[in-house]
Amino acid sequence: MPLLLEMYWAFFRVGVFTFGGGYAMLPLLQREIVDKKGWATEEELLDYFAVGQCTPGIIAVNTATFVGYKQKGIVGGIFSTLGMISPSLVIITIIAAVLSNFADFPVVQNAFAGIRVAVCVLILNSVVKLYKKAVVDKLTLAIFVLVAVGAAILSGKVSPVVFILAAGIAGVVFRVWLRAGKEGKA
Amino acid sequence: MMLLRLYWEFFKVGLFSVGGGLATLPFLYSLGAKTGWFTTAQVADMLAVSESTPGPIGVNMATYVGYTCAGVPGSLCATLGLATPSVIVILLVAAALQAFRTNRYVEGAFYALRPASTGLIAAAGWSVLVLVMYNAALYRSTGVLWDLLRWKNVALFAVLWVLTNRIKRLKGLHPIVFIAIAAVCGVVFRLGGA
Repeated sequence: MPLLLEMYWAFFRVGVFTFGGGYAMLPLLQREIVDKKGWATEEELLDYFAVGQCTPGIIAVNTATFVGYKQKGIVGGIFSTLGMISPSLVIITIIAAVLSNFADFPVVQNAFAGIRVAVCVLILNSVVKLYKKAVVDKLTLAIFVLVAVGAAILSGKVSPVVFILAAGIAGVVFRVWLRAGKEGKA
Repeated sequence: MMLLRLYWEFFKVGLFSVGGGLATLPFLYSLGAKTGWFTTAQVADMLAVSESTPGPIGVNMATYVGYTCAGVPGSLCATLGLATPSVIVILLVAAALQAFRTNRYVEGAFYALRPASTGLIAAAGWSVLVLVMYNAALYRSTGVLWDLLRWKNVALFAVLWVLTNRIKRLKGLHPIVFIAIAAVCGVVFRLGGA
């Protein structure tokens, strides 16, 4: 399969299997993009998520564009994004046309109550995996704890952008400062 | 020109909502109020559907609104409008990042952004977990401490955690397998209470 189609199809699968939006997509990305295709590393996924938090638009689209661009430039970014949004277009259009009370069916409500539990477990597993890559010393541990606790307590009151920007500044200050202190090590 | 208007309105939603799907909600409410294309109650219904179908919530919402306003061409225009600013901005950022990847300031920033990003994901996971496990309403009405947690969900969570982490032969399975198992359990044990 040509690479562009392969990218379209891989992100199509991520779109189909993502239930609950946003971070629920993470386990699927790790599976389809990192493990299966090797198009990005776990670290890069984290970078994309961080950038996606502070740039406009849907994080899913941002991530797809990022991965696609890295593999095949602008066209790659566009194909990946189209793959990501295609399942929504098809599924939602069908539901809007014939099943506008879809969310009210008991079967759907019960199934989704179960799916939410699975999404929790999958996100937990993803976080454990990412934690091992991202938290490598005391500074990164401190940042992880501060952001996780801060974002959980201030959820809805403070934009994630604030945490991302603060962490970015902390990284520059500490890294550049530390490097200056440990000249010659690297 | 309804279709152009849809594309343009969702282009603006995509351009100004920072931080993912749900961040588009306030924009959609004001869009409905401004244009009269849909009501606040309809937005609530669309959100319910968007949350209970696969795909990114923001994209689902755009498709739904677009379809409601102008059928299939409408859903295409709205969704493409929503995605366009992301694609443009990220292509610019990605190109810039590629050029400055080895810059020590960029390196330093990303070194700290990774744990921050992980922290945000953990916090988001936590909020879903609270939603799934905690039943404050029932506890307040009965006053029985046991009612504080949704025990069926706790049990399913424990089972799925063991399946995904402790059983070697299942660990490598596609996440959709566990989602499917959970959906079936949800129906069989009426986890939604419906």
